[in-house]
Amino acid sequence: MSTTTSTAGGIDRDDLARLAEHWDEPRSLRAWFTTVDHKKIGRRYLVTAGFFFALAGLSALVMRTQLARPEAGVLSPDEYNQLFTMHGTAMIFLFATPMLFGFGNFLVPLMIGSRDMAFPRLNAFGYWVFLFAGLFMWASLPFGAAPNNGWFAYAPLNQEQHNPGLHMDVYALGLLFLGISTTSGAINFIVTALKLRAPGMSLNRVPLFVWAIVATAFMVVFALPALNADNAMLFLDRRFGTHFFDPGGGGNVLLWQHLFWIFGHPDVYIIVMPGLGIVSAVLPAFTRRGVVGYPLIVLAIVAISIVSFGVWVHHMFATGLPQLSYSFFSAASTIITIPSGIQIFAWLATMLLGRLVLRTPLLFVIGFIVTFVLGGFTGAMFALTPFDQQVTDSYFVVAHFHYVLLGGALFPILAGIYYWLPKITGRMYHEGLARWAFWLFFIGMHVTFFPMHLIGLFGMPRRVYTYRGGLGWDVGNLISTIGAYLLAVSLLLTLIGVVHAVRRGRPAPADPWEGDTLEWSAASPPEPYNFPVIPRVHSLHPTWDERTAESTTTGATEDRILSEGRRTLFTSELDARSERAAEMPEPSFKPLVLAGALLVFFISMLLAWYPIAIAAVVTVAATLAAWLWPVRRPDEELGVAS
Amino acid sequence: MTDRGGAVAAATGAEALSTELPVGRPTSWWGMVMFVATEATLFACLLGSYFYLRFQYGPQWPPPGIEDPKLLKPLVMTAILLPSSLPVMWAEHGIRHGQRWRLNLGMAATFVMGTSFLVLQGTEYDEKLHMFTLTSNAYGSLFFVITGFHGLHVLVGLSMIGWLLVASLRGGSFGAHRHDRVRNVAIYWHFVDTVWVAILFTIYLSPRL
Repeated sequence: MSTTTSTAGGIDRDDLARLAEHWDEPRSLRAWFTTVDHKKIGRRYLVTAGFFFALAGLSALVMRTQLARPEAGVLSPDEYNQLFTMHGTAMIFLFATPMLFGFGNFLVPLMIGSRDMAFPRLNAFGYWVFLFAGLFMWASLPFGAAPNNGWFAYAPLNQEQHNPGLHMDVYALGLLFLGISTTSGAINFIVTALKLRAPGMSLNRVPLFVWAIVATAFMVVFALPALNADNAMLFLDRRFGTHFFDPGGGGNVLLWQHLFWIFGHPDVYIIVMPGLGIVSAVLPAFTRRGVVGYPLIVLAIVAISIVSFGVWVHHMFATGLPQLSYSFFSAASTIITIPSGIQIFAWLATMLLGRLVLRTPLLFVIGFIVTFVLGGFTGAMFALTPFDQQVTDSYFVVAHFHYVLLGGALFPILAGIYYWLPKITGRMYHEGLARWAFWLFFIGMHVTFFPMHLIGLFGMPRRVYTYRGGLGWDVGNLISTIGAYLLAVSLLLTLIGVVHAVRRGRPAPADPWEGDTLEWSAASPPEPYNFPVIPRVHSLHPTWDERTAESTTTGATEDRILSEGRRTLFTSELDARSERAAEMPEPSFKPLVLAGALLVFFISMLLAWYPIAIAAVVTVAATLAAWLWPVRRPDEELGVAS
Repeated sequence: MTDRGGAVAAATGAEALSTELPVGRPTSWWGMVMFVATEATLFACLLGSYFYLRFQYGPQWPPPGIEDPKLLKPLVMTAILLPSSLPVMWAEHGIRHGQRWRLNLGMAATFVMGTSFLVLQGTEYDEKLHMFTLTSNAYGSLFFVITGFHGLHVLVGLSMIGWLLVASLRGGSFGAHRHDRVRNVAIYWHFVDTVWVAILFTIYLSPRL
């Protein structure tokens, strides 16, 4: 049983009973497949992304075992190629973004005081597509047909004549399939944050985490098409004989790189930005004050998401482009460190001015700052073209982006897991176990990746399946492998901690951390309708604010209870003035059917069963037509002039 | 002109003037606009690829053996596709006033125009295929993929319009208070139209510059 904080005052038992009647879903198999509840979908995103993370992490562990000593024979070169490609591809596309979208799915409606996402069925559809696309890509590994070209899949190696077999077809189709999920999720976040905020939550009262998710969603909307165009052309080149990346036919291999990095660099921020948002969400609870410089952080978030589209060529400094473009992109890459720096200093100032409560989530935030700054430091070195040209494609690069991605995404994700676990599961985690997990993780991370800087500078190229002894790389590689095992132990401890909390943890109160955002005003775990009364927001820290609390108890009004039906409130985009109560959709099988038809389409394209692919397209169109088919209404209600 | 329902007074009152504009976009409008934004970016990437490959290719474009694209047919296609947005607008304004006949008539007119465009594109392909194909060289790949991708969008737009027409003819679907779907289909159709101008410029006009 969960505790409800606001039964007294303006809302009575009848309202609660009606809300439960309209929003509750029975515990049945049918309900499992048809749910549109953003909290269940968010949880599924988190668990599924966690599963893909485990697979990608185990791939890395096998690779580190292979590299522990020179000329080891754990893996064949071909197996190694597939493992490092799947490791990178899955970590980027199947773990980092969906994991953070999982947090967003669970938290955005709660943080803005809404009862669901703007498009709940699209949300369910996005999850199913993510699940199917992930399985589609991983299923190729047992067949020895997994992508094997590195996560950025450069031409001309990705072409049929250089890389026969299904490997890169799986890559191109899998990412196109997954793109449908990411794009629909991003659009859903944008619209939810624009239209479903609780009344009074004007743009200058939107939590920083929501700002970060929305900025990320905008980057997805404008960056992902470049990757999709790239992959579509790749598949056409491989399967249907076009010549986009084939110099023999008038194509150009660098076209692949340009399009890939036009997507790829914003993607770094697509991954890191929600992580930074988690940091801004966690800090107030453990420093007992708001984050310093809210408007500056918002501006930094917006600035990063725009400038990130102007730095892609710094991934291509070693490709022989004109010097002038190097100067431009070098400058842009230097400029983008400024808004990142603003955020770091704002967090440091918050910690300096606040009263620190040293619990596990804060430990991970501190670990994040240390690690991310080190990664940013090597990043600033890359912005200098001559240095970049020396170390490109060496282990120095591997060290750099693991510092950035583990620092910028994984530390915040782990902080977020511990921070929101009480809200998501309704149970508290074991603090001692969590601290062990943190210290092992922090030490394991640096033991694994710091030596890579050195072996990179000593000349070890990335993506080699083995190396000769006596080149000065042996010790570094061995240390790195030991670190990888430490990391694995720490993540296992985290998993045990989560399972232990779900099974044995003591029940969590609604607001165990005395946090400032609205999710802490809901029950733990939240009711299916999130809020018995949709609050009226009066400040940036609504849960610390008495007037906002009052609006859900003694000040509750009928227009925010909305118990007659499955309804939530739409408000205006900028000032969040009440516009109207809107009916939310019921559970439905259609999202699953649509995603399933798309899965059939992509499988049959992969295996060249084109008639089945056509049948799948027809099914997709028919499902969409039925999904959006308007309900029949009487002419008076529609407003038809006869 | 009389102030029907106090619309002018409501729009010029203190409350209205101090309130942000525009007021009350529905969620589906935002959803469609964002979808169109991401689709437009996709076309921008394809057209960008065209110019990239063209300028990397060398002085002669189209490549030797392929003559400059003829303009007559694509201009006729443009003359059909671009005005096809007008009946959509007329239909949308009609249903906002509850006039279902305008919706039906406008959508039917656009459907015919869009279909004619696709038929003409089919004959255009028939001509080009004698000269080059998808697999001849990068020029052929770009030509057929970009125009084909746009043709696919026209087909999707036509499906939407056909779907709207069927729903409208069934009755009980749209009226002055319920026309979100009409507006969203209209946005998509305008997009498909507009993007054609960029394709006309890139594929047909730019090689002659």
